Amino acid sequence: MMTNPLTVLGRRSLNVLRGLGHNATFFADLLRNIPAALRRPFLVIAQVHAIGNLSLLIIMASGLAVGFVLALQSYYALVTYGASESLGLLVNLSLVRELGPVVTALLFAGRAGTSLTAEIGLMKAGEQLAAMEMMAIDPKSRVLAPRFLGGIVAMPVLAVLFSAIGILGAYVVAVQLIGVDDGNFWSIMQNGVDVWRDVGNGIIKSFVFGVICTFVAVYQGYETQATPEGVAHATTRTVVISSLSVLAMDFVLTALMFTHR
Amino acid sequence: MGKRSIETLVGLFVLLGILGLLFLALKAANLGSFASAGDTYTLTAKFDNIGGLKVRAPVRSAGVTVGRVTSITLDPKTYQGVVKLDMQRGVQFPSDSSARILTSGLLGDQYVGLEAGAEEKVFAPGDVIKSTQSAVVLESLISQFLFNKAADAGSTAAPPPPAGMKK
Repeated sequence: MMTNPLTVLGRRSLNVLRGLGHNATFFADLLRNIPAALRRPFLVIAQVHAIGNLSLLIIMASGLAVGFVLALQSYYALVTYGASESLGLLVNLSLVRELGPVVTALLFAGRAGTSLTAEIGLMKAGEQLAAMEMMAIDPKSRVLAPRFLGGIVAMPVLAVLFSAIGILGAYVVAVQLIGVDDGNFWSIMQNGVDVWRDVGNGIIKSFVFGVICTFVAVYQGYETQATPEGVAHATTRTVVISSLSVLAMDFVLTALMFTHR
Repeated sequence: MGKRSIETLVGLFVLLGILGLLFLALKAANLGSFASAGDTYTLTAKFDNIGGLKVRAPVRSAGVTVGRVTSITLDPKTYQGVVKLDMQRGVQFPSDSSARILTSGLLGDQYVGLEAGAEEKVFAPGDVIKSTQSAVVLESLISQFLFNKAADAGSTAAPPPPAGMKK
């Protein structure tokens, strides 16, 4: 059957709108189920453990590596202008404002998001979710909402630790190895970094990214096709969609937070 | 794993996050600074112009760091910058030593340079360094230079070029 281009365009647009609407109602459903999840705090705590505690190692190792490399590389650029003591400020601002939230969110999507999607997807493939519904237990409040909350709690903590470890790593490289002055390293940093504007906005960012990454993971898991390929595709989509939305959202947030000052 | 131990681990995780946040707020940003308690004594120096000197900048003598700037205030009577220096107790300076504000490198950060005097008496804690030299302000230096140039050009007429010299 021939379809004219106008019909194709219309169908595509309607599909996009339908997808967005589906996401939005799912998100609203999740929010509605949060009080039910909070009545069973242990479910949430177990998820914070699975999502947060078990991601600690990779987050801290990456933070340390990023701090090391950032300090080492920017030193060679800064020393040309005799500004090597601003190294701490440079590293701190890049970590707290951008790299901390963004890189943590990307790692988070890879480390925790995929496992959420695969777990929920396999529950669906194994018809566990359907079985719950048969027992009049809403899987959204029993399975999805605790995972969503756990991710939202874990993500800002991980981002803060990423930045803190990165700054310590930069301190080790800059002060202990290269020999930048200790006091100037910290004092220039303290003079240039504002608690609310820089650290606070970084935490708001990481919170938003936590919501995005966990929501995408939970949604993809719940909407997966109940086959092995379906779960595989859903896991891939989780990483791709969360990473792209985090990067896009980061640009929007940066534009909102840091351009008017 | 038991319910109890998971709860403990999550508690540890959140505590770690709070510690990280405290570190970012207190040590790496401007919400107060950890006092560096140690064996130090305080000296005060007054400068006509402190330039870009910052709190916690080093105090150096012969290039060696011997203390830190702890506070910078303005004297409301003399309109001078009052700089408090935290000096290491092991390092004593003659009481006619002079303090200058110097710059590390052309664009680097400023620090207080102490030049030892010849007096036998040393500074007691709380003493004021009397002979000080202000920071060099680049703008005034340049304007002075240009002014001198202009004055030179005005007073001496340009000498005629030697004969036979090609342009």
